[in-house]
Amino acid sequence: METIHTDVLVIGGGLAGLRAALAARKRGNSVLILSLVPPKRSHSAAAQGGMQASLGNTAKGAGDNEDVHFEDTVRGSDWGNDQEVARLFVHTAPKAVRELASWGVPWNRVQAGEREAIIDNRRVTLSEPEAAHGLITARDFGGTKKWRTCYVSDGTGHAMLYAISDQTIAEGIPVHERMEAVSLIHDGLRCYGAIVRNLIDGKLVAYIARATCIATGGFGRIYQSTTNAVINEGIGAAIALETGVVPLGNMEAVQFHPTAIFPAGILVTEGCRGDGGLLRDVDGHRFMPDYEPEKKELASRDVVSRRMEAHIRSGKGARNRFGEHLWLDITQLGALHIDHKLREVKEICHYFLGIDPARQWIPVRPAQHYSMGGIRTNAHGAAYGLSGLFACGEAACWDLHGFNRLGGNSVAETVVSGMIVGDAIADFCSSSGGDMHLSTALLRECADKVRAEFSAITDNHGPENPAALLGAMQAIMTDKVGIVRHGEQLAEAVRELTELEARSRQIGLRNHRPGANPELTLAWRLQKMLKLAICVAHGARQRTESRGAHFRTDFPRRNDAEWLKRTLAYWTDPAQLVPSLHYEALDVRHMELPPGWRGYGARDAIEHPETAHRMAQIETIRAQLATADRHAVQDALMPFRHLLPRHLCGDNARPGEST
Amino acid sequence: MIPLLRHGKPDGQPRRLTLEILRHNPADPASVPHLQAYEIEEAEGMTLFIALNEIRAQQDPSLMFDFVCRAGICGSCAMLVNGRPGLACRTLTRDLGERITLAPLPVFELIGDLSVNTGKWMRGTSERLQTWIHNDTETDLDAFETRMEPATAEAIYELDRCIECGCCIAGCGTVQMRERFVGAVGLNKIARFRLDPRDTRSDEDFYELIGDDDGVFGCMSLVGCHDVCPKQLPLQTQIAFLRRKMALQGMR
Ligand SMILES: Cc1cc2nc3c(=O)[nH]c(=O)nc-3n(C[C@H](O)[C@H](O)[C@H](O)COP(=O)(O)OP(=O)(O)OC[C@H]3O[C@@H](n4cnc5c(N)ncnc54)[C@H](O)[C@@H]3O)c2cc1C
Repeated sequence: METIHTDVLVIGGGLAGLRAALAARKRGNSVLILSLVPPKRSHSAAAQGGMQASLGNTAKGAGDNEDVHFEDTVRGSDWGNDQEVARLFVHTAPKAVRELASWGVPWNRVQAGEREAIIDNRRVTLSEPEAAHGLITARDFGGTKKWRTCYVSDGTGHAMLYAISDQTIAEGIPVHERMEAVSLIHDGLRCYGAIVRNLIDGKLVAYIARATCIATGGFGRIYQSTTNAVINEGIGAAIALETGVVPLGNMEAVQFHPTAIFPAGILVTEGCRGDGGLLRDVDGHRFMPDYEPEKKELASRDVVSRRMEAHIRSGKGARNRFGEHLWLDITQLGALHIDHKLREVKEICHYFLGIDPARQWIPVRPAQHYSMGGIRTNAHGAAYGLSGLFACGEAACWDLHGFNRLGGNSVAETVVSGMIVGDAIADFCSSSGGDMHLSTALLRECADKVRAEFSAITDNHGPENPAALLGAMQAIMTDKVGIVRHGEQLAEAVRELTELEARSRQIGLRNHRPGANPELTLAWRLQKMLKLAICVAHGARQRTESRGAHFRTDFPRRNDAEWLKRTLAYWTDPAQLVPSLHYEALDVRHMELPPGWRGYGARDAIEHPETAHRMAQIETIRAQLATADRHAVQDALMPFRHLLPRHLCGDNARPGEST
Repeated sequence: MIPLLRHGKPDGQPRRLTLEILRHNPADPASVPHLQAYEIEEAEGMTLFIALNEIRAQQDPSLMFDFVCRAGICGSCAMLVNGRPGLACRTLTRDLGERITLAPLPVFELIGDLSVNTGKWMRGTSERLQTWIHNDTETDLDAFETRMEPATAEAIYELDRCIECGCCIAGCGTVQMRERFVGAVGLNKIARFRLDPRDTRSDEDFYELIGDDDGVFGCMSLVGCHDVCPKQLPLQTQIAFLRRKMALQGMR
């Protein structure tokens, strides 16, 4: 078998992988990137609406800073995230936006003077300050107190991905395209790279690396109705799970986006609502204010999606041949705004629905959108369980998002975590931990295991068809492990998925095309995807509370007393039917923002016994430091800068703040 | 934008479509390129993405094609639809006749059936044309970003919207004769970086990259690229403008 050596192997050429690769390369390491597709075609390209960073340049962003972004993110997560990580993130996001600006991202800019905007269905005049003219502007997004989402029309992900990808080309970092990591090389303690399958000729290659970083994105394709690209199958997370020693965190935390066009599932950005779009029902009634008087259409995604589904169930859905849906109305924004700021939305409506969104309403219904769960890492991106293994981006559970991610926080996370994790990888490579002795016996063993997996499929002449099993899995996930969950249905889902898993071992291929046979590829991936689906369903079944996007009608309240903890799913024994679940407590005693009401959604959480005490402690600290600046107060509550590389520690410049 | 044509029959019976697909597997020495026909029943809102996946799931699991975003954003699925380059994912079957021929994009290396290696071509072009911001000043990440006129940012984005799908290359007359021609995709990128105040390169530098027949002087203005660009980039005006600038530079 061909073997290729590199210091750092980055699996994934989306925003996260590319940015991590740049950081590791900058510190002098040889870096190699693997990707299923040309990196610029990664799903990051599809991000439309924007990237959150508290620049505070605009009229509606005035007064924004890291503290406000932090609180929005923690509330958004329904207190399920890691608050230290959230701090690292909000602190670094402005730097990431500015770096991207220097790499050519054409961020939309502030135009000084008066301009019209639509807020809460009213036309208002905003006055942008002269001093901010030409700085990066921002739009409103769900679950945020300030207008914080920096954007490039509605092609933000595209512009970011192209700029970062071009930087990797400038640095001469090789990308091996159409290559799929199919197994990690490891001995249960350390990771040594990956076994990789060439998707053109079907051959296996060993990539041996001192450090390996998984940045393979989300796993939305285990669902039938999803906004995700067809390559978002979660293989990166699955191969980490299959090591038996690396856990996947919070797999039951799956986000559903309110506005996927119905029935195709293609996303229209939250920017539509951020810019003033409304949700309407069969009668044309704007229903969100009835449920969410504070944030209306701009409550967090989990809340809006749930309200929409409930509204449909109450008989208020509109109906077309494919079923029930609601309407997204952006007509009041006007053709000019749509032509400039929502042009992808306009194209999507034109090509896939045959409508003009400046004149007609868009049929929408929530669809799977984002995987909060993934490979569990520490704040430096090091995976639990295997030294030399790192993860970042949507594939990871770094745990910025907890049980619900805010719109605009994901592309921001990819780049920020790429910066931080890439630097940690370089630290690892230059430490003694980065030394490596790989035995040829271990390499042979790992390669043989992969060969056996593929030949078990090609040599089996069973009755099952992989495409049919895939469809069955996707239907189960959307029907029974979706927006609204219930213990009985979840139990059924787990049972049915384990049956499908058994059947996926009885596949008979109908063709034996030489090279990378797409049917074999599908059959092989299906087995991995089923494992992920079982982790989601089983984790959801065991979590007997509601938190963020995980909502159970049989346990409708958030239960901090029992469930303020992160699920860790291990697949220790290949023969086990469901993963072993362990739980990692979130420590209220060290939280900067103890659990409370989110400011939208239900208000009935069961309190954690430590919460009141921690609240009192925080009050005292704040009182003692009443005259100190906000950084000092923050540092006293929950220090985080020790977790950052030094070059990212500085304070961010912001209008109206002296640094 | 393209007007939508409807072919729905008045009685509401779904049409039977025949997709003739040019098939070839270079990995198989026995394979010869040939057209293979598949019949499927049309469904409402059916795109070529849906049709091809249905064929692969139900009729022929060996069929190779590339889709990623299936929303017209990533540029993976360009192919010849009835001889014309376009994005398959957002091509609705109702805009086509009952017989549809599909072939891989020409020029690019064939991987199999409808799948071609645009990625390799695009990376090569990027390296040749150095399609990244050239600027030696170290950015202070803690400081305010450099200001830019809002209109300039929008103008750059207008050209930045290229998705490297390869349609312009497949539709280009020059590429047929001149293998190393950088095509509209390459020239548009130069125009994009030339417009960007953050890029410190001068016309002299750009001339080095595209001031010959493999670059801007190779274009025969056949406008093939312009007509097929799925993002409606202003390719012809950009190329003409660039040619004038480079001609001036060449005379210095
Ligand atoms: C339609 C849509 C719109 C969105 N809009 C926004 C937005 O406006 N703002 C926001 O913040 N977030 C948005 N998101 C979310 C955000 O885009 C993603 O979470 C983020 O881009 C993921 O980036 P990534 O680098 O982690 O993964 P990806 O961009 O998905 O990249 C994954 C990479 O891994 C590679 N890969 C996968 N598996 C393997 C394997 N086994 N071997 C080798 N390579 C592999 C792929 O080829 C790819 O290069 C949106 C998401 C969707 C679906």
